[in-house]
Amino acid sequence: MEGMRTLLILGGGTAGSIAANRLRRKLPASQWRITVVDVDDHHRYQPGYLFVPFGTYSPRQVTRSRRANLADGIPLVYGEVDRVEPEASTVLLTDGRRLEYDALVIATGVTPRPDQTEGMLGPLWRDSVHEFYTYEGSLALAEKLRDWPGGRLAISVVEMPIKCPVAPLEFAFLADAHFTRRGMRDSVEMTYVTPLPGAFTKPIAAQAFGDTLDEKGIALEADFMLMEIDNDARKLVSYDEREVPFDLLVTVPVNMGAEFVARSGLGNELNLVPVDRFTQQARAYPNIFALGDANDIPASKAGSVAHFEIDVFVENFLQYVQGEEMTHRFDGHANCFIETGGGRAMLIDFNYHTEPLPGRFPIAGVGPLSLLKPTRLNHLGKLAFRWMYWNVLIPGRPMGLPSHMSTAGKRTDLVTAGQP
Amino acid sequence: MPTTTINGHDITVDDEGFMTVYDEWDEATGRALADAIGVEMTDEHWAVIRFVREDFRAQGATPTIRRVSTAGGVDTKRLFQLFPKKPAKKMAYIAGLPKPAGCV
Repeated sequence: MEGMRTLLILGGGTAGSIAANRLRRKLPASQWRITVVDVDDHHRYQPGYLFVPFGTYSPRQVTRSRRANLADGIPLVYGEVDRVEPEASTVLLTDGRRLEYDALVIATGVTPRPDQTEGMLGPLWRDSVHEFYTYEGSLALAEKLRDWPGGRLAISVVEMPIKCPVAPLEFAFLADAHFTRRGMRDSVEMTYVTPLPGAFTKPIAAQAFGDTLDEKGIALEADFMLMEIDNDARKLVSYDEREVPFDLLVTVPVNMGAEFVARSGLGNELNLVPVDRFTQQARAYPNIFALGDANDIPASKAGSVAHFEIDVFVENFLQYVQGEEMTHRFDGHANCFIETGGGRAMLIDFNYHTEPLPGRFPIAGVGPLSLLKPTRLNHLGKLAFRWMYWNVLIPGRPMGLPSHMSTAGKRTDLVTAGQP
Repeated sequence: MPTTTINGHDITVDDEGFMTVYDEWDEATGRALADAIGVEMTDEHWAVIRFVREDFRAQGATPTIRRVSTAGGVDTKRLFQLFPKKPAKKMAYIAGLPKPAGCV
């Protein structure tokens, strides 16, 4: 059709689906075609992977159809991307098909890469070395935990950044509750191993999570840069020659962006697309944007970030297609629930500049939710979120939360120094 | 921001002593900072420090260990030998760059 333009979205996961659905309502169908490309029809609710190993969620509860999650008028093309040819504004698929675009959104996320750590894919892989960041991995770990007799359990984060940086902590808390419930907590020795200097990245939350690890009798091995997994001796070895022995290892492998990003010359050393942190426009090409985990902004890799980021992206993109300057700025806002076990959860809310602080949310002084404090209500919020994800977030309906973070109701007095 | 005097120059630093003004650094300052944390500088150390300075100027952020090993060509194991225990922090400290930012 004459004058018809194409927005091509690579990736039909959280970020890609939200962006497609939101923009389909805003861009006139007579002027813009929106097409999504992905390899299959399985849209996974990735936050649910955390609960699969403990049998809380069944595999069916974390999977829906990508196609069904996309609004009418958004075709889903099945195919694997071979490369983007940014100079020609085309995408080449591995089967030889060539897709042209006027604007491109890269939303192919990050993937755990066990191949990046020596010994991870050794004889113990999926036997005594497990992960829960993939569908297959969380199912295999559920199978393992079903009759694991106890022993030394190490939970290790290999390298930052990772998707959902609180998930390994939540796994530790939930594992503690799981073993307690089964009456075998005394026969499990738990160690949390992280390259960070403490339990978490930011000081006040790190303190709160560190205290929680303490209370649960989980040892913390900080500043641990994993060099290799010794399969024979069953131990983690760091670059500075420290060792953590294990009978069962649950690890979060290095997370990297898609390989086609590297093949296309669009990525950094982790295959993340360098973008302007306020607009998510690729630094190298003005008609390419990278959303969600696929970009290199200094924020958490999490659906929550994608959601708030896309609120801002949609406004900017509408200016972009008119040839106007993009005037909206994403502030790095995110919030997330953190399961602490025993039917309780904490909540954190933060952005590029303000670390997670205690307080009340979303209404200052009132709540009803409490920040950085384990409560029953936060846990219910976390469980309710799965419904919100499929029914509100992915269809791109308004969530009723502002995209920009507010400091109202937060203990900003706790921040001592070092805030930029 | 506090200032401190190293090697006869006034430099601006953060609470942990990381320099915050890129252009206040020169190699003599770098050598003095290395002395302060017990790193004896060799040509190999200097090559790494020059890389992280250049990379900061190009990218606007203190490079991670992964970046120094992939883009700078010095593998991680070697970085731990050159800057023992905490290479990312030590490289940034000596190179006069902000402390590496941990993302949330």
